[in-house]
Amino acid sequence: MDWFTSHLDDVWELLVTHAYLAGVPLLIGLLIALPLGWLARRFSWAYPPLIVGTGLLYTLPSLAVFILLPGILGTRILDPVNVLVAMTVYTVALLVRTVADGLGAIPDDVRLAANAMGYRPIRRLLGVELPLAVPVISAGLRVAAVSNVSIVSVAAIIGVAQLGSLFTDGFNRDFFPPIITGIVACGVLSLVFDIVIVVVTRLLTPWTRARTAS
Amino acid sequence: MINDIVSWLGEAANRDDIIQRLGEHVGYALLATGIAALIAIPAGMWIGHTGRGRFAVVNISGFARAIPTLGLLYFIVLWLGPNLSGDLAFLLPSLIVLIVLAIPPMLAGTYAGIDEVDPAARDAARGMGMRGSQVLFKVEIPCALPLIFSGLRSALLQVVATATIAATAGLGGLGRFLIDGLSVRDYPQMAAGAVLVAALALAIDLVVAVIQRLVVSRGITGRHRTRRDRAAVRSTDDSLSTTTVTVGTVN
Repeated sequence: MDWFTSHLDDVWELLVTHAYLAGVPLLIGLLIALPLGWLARRFSWAYPPLIVGTGLLYTLPSLAVFILLPGILGTRILDPVNVLVAMTVYTVALLVRTVADGLGAIPDDVRLAANAMGYRPIRRLLGVELPLAVPVISAGLRVAAVSNVSIVSVAAIIGVAQLGSLFTDGFNRDFFPPIITGIVACGVLSLVFDIVIVVVTRLLTPWTRARTAS
Repeated sequence: MINDIVSWLGEAANRDDIIQRLGEHVGYALLATGIAALIAIPAGMWIGHTGRGRFAVVNISGFARAIPTLGLLYFIVLWLGPNLSGDLAFLLPSLIVLIVLAIPPMLAGTYAGIDEVDPAARDAARGMGMRGSQVLFKVEIPCALPLIFSGLRSALLQVVATATIAATAGLGGLGRFLIDGLSVRDYPQMAAGAVLVAALALAIDLVVAVIQRLVVSRGITGRHRTRRDRAAVRSTDDSLSTTTVTVGTVN
């Protein structure tokens, strides 16, 4: 506890960097996964290659990706951009399937009702199908958020500073307090991401509460 | 960069090294996943079959996901390492971490697979006079196999990825190329090691996918149906395919 209180500023700084490295890819990844997931659902020929392809991306071990990306992108190995790109890839890999399944789970009656009310395909997608798929997509996003927070810490091995640096620091000095602080801070960050996603989901889906209230 | 990797992989001096490290990596992965499977799969079956302890499974798998693997690895290595001697000091703590990480995805996959078996199928089996254990082995497990395999695949990938990271804590395997290359700024060696690890992960996933295809009943996957069957089940298929369970995350 002494170590933690005397390093509060450092830990806070690492936490903010960690939140940035894990959080920004979550948003970019969602924005990329939405059209890809729609594509996979809309055209049945696109489903297998997209789902298999993103599935394969997800099998790549993170440390390998962190090391190979600088060679592919032409960045320096310590550049945080590598981490941002890697985490975006993982987020997309997780979410494309979720988005496709979320859109696919919408009952046909709902689609037909929207047609009958004069919705054109694009408005139907944005105004009816996407909102109804929010709970499923949000469940996938929660998984991605927690997994991102854990994976980002691996980047400390190649020297990108964030909460994972506390692990390498503690390990190199044979010293527990930074490691425990890092584990707790990662847990807190995951929890904060989770709460934010749950709250936003609630705001976006007022009808789910109307049902339970009645 | 590609030339560097290819020439590093092609060097005769590296060949024996690569084969040895590859063998170690596969060995760790199979050993850790095997031990974890012996614990997780029977436990998941029991929980799914009896319905007891559901709450615990959901929470354990959720909680395990939130613990950063790197932190867990270093914590356990620092904690257990000094109590062991010789090679065991490097091997055993990392192996324990790999086993601990492989349990939640397989536990969740097995439990979810059994729990989601259509109650009508279970009732029909009972109606035919099957006893509890017969229902489990003849109906529930075959129906649950896709999700059990999905958990197994998550666990294997998690173990392959974490074994790579564990090279920083003295474990062997392909991670050595990444970590040793990093410490002497030898990018070709790091990159070649990274390519090997990625290829291994893809190969293992492929092998398990093939086994899954061979083991899981066609009646469950819905392959090789006639056109008439397909038309008949199309309406039910839609509702079935939407139950996706996220069994675990890797890396």
